[in-house]
Amino acid sequence: MISSLKISGSWNLFTLTMVILFALPVISLMVTAGSAEENVWEHLLSTVMPGYLGNTFWLMLGVGSGTLLLGVSSGWLISMTEFPGRRVMEWALLLPLAFPGYIIAMVYVELLEYSGPVQSQLRLWFGWNSFQDYWFPPIASVGGAVTVLSLVLYPYVYLLARTAFLQQSAALLEVGRMLGKSLKNSFINVALPLARPAIAIGVSLALMETLADFGTMQLFAVQTFTTGIYNTWFGTYNAPAAAQLSLSLLMFFCFFIFLERYSRRKQRSHTKDSIMNVQPRYPLSGIRAITALVFCLLPVTFGFALPAGLLIQWALESWRNVMLDRFFSDAGNSLVLAGVTAFIGVVLGILLAYGTRLSKRRRVHLAARIVSLGYAIPGPVVALGVLLPFAWFDRTIDAWFKESYGISTGYILSGTVFILIFAYLVRFLALAFGAAESGFGRITPQMEEASRSLGKTNLQTLKQVHVPLMRGSMLAAGLLVFVDVMKELPATLMLQPFNFSTLATRAYGYATEELLKEASLWCLTIVAVGLFPVLFLNRQLRETSPRHYKEI
Amino acid sequence: MILNERTLLFERSFKIDFKIIIYTGGKLNLMNKLLTLTLGCLLLIPQLVPAAEVNILSERQEFLLRPFLKAFEENTGIKANVVYLKKGSLERLKQQPGAVDALLTVDISNLTAIAEAGLFQPVNSSVINKNVPSNYRDPKGLWSALTARGRVIYYSKDRVKLSELSTYEALADAKFAKRICTRSGYHKYNVALISSMIAEHGVAAAKKWLQGLKNNLARKPQGNDRGQVKAIYQGQCDVAIGNTYYMGKMLERDDQREWAASVGIFFPNQNDRGTHMNVSGGAVTRDAVNKNEAVRLLEFLSGDLAQYMYAQVNHEYPVKEGVPYSGIVSSFGSSQEGVKKGVFKQDKRNLSEIGSYRKKAIQILDEVNYDK
Repeated sequence: MISSLKISGSWNLFTLTMVILFALPVISLMVTAGSAEENVWEHLLSTVMPGYLGNTFWLMLGVGSGTLLLGVSSGWLISMTEFPGRRVMEWALLLPLAFPGYIIAMVYVELLEYSGPVQSQLRLWFGWNSFQDYWFPPIASVGGAVTVLSLVLYPYVYLLARTAFLQQSAALLEVGRMLGKSLKNSFINVALPLARPAIAIGVSLALMETLADFGTMQLFAVQTFTTGIYNTWFGTYNAPAAAQLSLSLLMFFCFFIFLERYSRRKQRSHTKDSIMNVQPRYPLSGIRAITALVFCLLPVTFGFALPAGLLIQWALESWRNVMLDRFFSDAGNSLVLAGVTAFIGVVLGILLAYGTRLSKRRRVHLAARIVSLGYAIPGPVVALGVLLPFAWFDRTIDAWFKESYGISTGYILSGTVFILIFAYLVRFLALAFGAAESGFGRITPQMEEASRSLGKTNLQTLKQVHVPLMRGSMLAAGLLVFVDVMKELPATLMLQPFNFSTLATRAYGYATEELLKEASLWCLTIVAVGLFPVLFLNRQLRETSPRHYKEI
Repeated sequence: MILNERTLLFERSFKIDFKIIIYTGGKLNLMNKLLTLTLGCLLLIPQLVPAAEVNILSERQEFLLRPFLKAFEENTGIKANVVYLKKGSLERLKQQPGAVDALLTVDISNLTAIAEAGLFQPVNSSVINKNVPSNYRDPKGLWSALTARGRVIYYSKDRVKLSELSTYEALADAKFAKRICTRSGYHKYNVALISSMIAEHGVAAAKKWLQGLKNNLARKPQGNDRGQVKAIYQGQCDVAIGNTYYMGKMLERDDQREWAASVGIFFPNQNDRGTHMNVSGGAVTRDAVNKNEAVRLLEFLSGDLAQYMYAQVNHEYPVKEGVPYSGIVSSFGSSQEGVKKGVFKQDKRNLSEIGSYRKKAIQILDEVNYDK
């Protein structure tokens, strides 16, 4: 057992240092929340909050089931069956990941609202004169938000579920099959429970993204708990109360995640990756193959192809009116920020997950959860939480240097891209940490025992045993962080240095002046740039998956 | 990658420091390395700061502000550095005193809230005082408006008779049931309008009015100001509330002209206090490092050239007397009695007072659950 090996204290120290660093924003939010001068709860609870909570509940339920359904079933079809077009669908299903929620919301609201082209055309065809003549599902509603968000957020589940399915030992499924279980039964009884941790991470990422998002919900005219945070902060300029609200959102998420973990507390699975026991894909034919293909095509069409097509059309109409001279620097800024953050994020994620794995102290495990919390905090609140400690640090250094040397150092951390990258890490480390954790989950402790008993240090073991085995999970983590940084808007806006802009902030600049077409070139580029890592990742995943060897 | 000077500096100094560390054969201990690193950062700072510059936090978007800043730089030789930011300016100013010299807003809420927080300094410039009428300036000189815009009634030229329209108050009347569209009540332009209702009638009456307005909505509040015009064009509603300049901009666009042409602008409350006005404005921060440059910026933006540009390009109302309205803006309200060449009666109530009711406005929005 691991516990029989000596664990060097430096790992615990590292883990705890990281946790403290990444807990800084939460701590500064707590300090801010404590400075509140008035109690807004009573007012909010007696007025708008019940409605916000109701919407939040239905959104979570809807997006949760939507992403679960789309993500798990497409993941299963792609990894376990064979049908015509599967190889294309394998990567095409990832494409919606490149779409920021706010952009796809913008496109669909424009398309499907009463005055949009779809309803206008229907009125023309059927001779309807006003909205009293017919019924059309309202896009600006909880239902609209659930549908559209499920279409862009399911890839989180798909990606993690597919990786989990692929890396499951085929032998286990074979046992299931040999025991007389059908394909369906072995999916429900064997594959699904084994993949559950990964699926749970995927779904909770989708939910956190839904809840922490204000801009997208505003487009759907749906008020959630986050709407309450925004209105309190930016409407009444009451940041302490907004911090209180954010912390309660956070507590709710902790509870939610705890519930999920608690419900599978007795399960522990370490499945070996194996290149030996590869089971052939289950071939689908006839109507079943067509059904499978159509099922995979649906989210790809509505979550990617259609909105992308519309953006291309708008970009062609508007490119003459926009600031093309800033285009390349915006794209460059976005790329560099996303690349750097993804790299640091993956390294930190792995180190943290490994440190947590090595430690048998519950406290360390609990503390490591804290780094994952950032994903559930709305972007501007993360920005505030990061700004407070770093600006304080900068002011202190500046004052000290002024005192000692008579020179001003300015805002060396909080006035530069440093703070942006840190904020991204706070917000997205959950992705890297979650993926790394689920990667470690599939490596048996015996492997590191063997390595340690051969005299390797923990770090050597990590480098020589784990990292090669976890390549797939790491790439998945890197991709998710990269794409999310490309898409991130509210924290970027609040923390951007002088004379600095990214694709997302420029798109926002146009959109906020109600110029959707002018924004489309930048939106399109966010999506297009996001595609490269998506496709790259898919290649890498294929190469690292056991099935690849069989195909060769 | 375009970085601001300090970031660049940061990176360069790192490179240099690494060289030093390598050069000394890595014999320095950690403390010394850190010290070298920090010193490296510091030594480069003064070299890269240009002679005259002003650091601006702007709510107005870059593609709109850039022509003005270009003219400012050419006229004054002062370099303008900008962060474009709509939400969270107050926190940034509070946490990073001295980083920002001037704030440019598109609404009164940030002006009044940040003034209340004590993060501006009074400016006493004879140029600004001459250019901007006193009702468009903070009484203590903490901020100054640069342009004005009316929050007016958009109406369908086909389905609404001019005689049906009169005041904001009347929008709560039963005759408008299911005929009105607005964007979210919490949007700052609407919050300012509701604040002005509170200033005029008190909280209770304003709340009753807001409830009446909500009851008359044809759809739940959504979209932006242009979206309301589109909704009228498409027949979803007959009447909406919006800002004047959006109509000007829509009329200039091929793909939106048809919507805008079907909609008229009505200036409400011409027989009493006048139409509610909101402003874009500017202020100098309390801890401004480049105070003089920041004042120069506000002087420039309130001057003839900038005011002319605001009026002609953005279709806003210039605050400086004698600067002509744009052709489109002069045509607003042409069929309305008492409005000549786009000149109408404006609500002259001081905007600081209106801004002070912001919190109350949000409260009654919550109480009537306006956006639901």
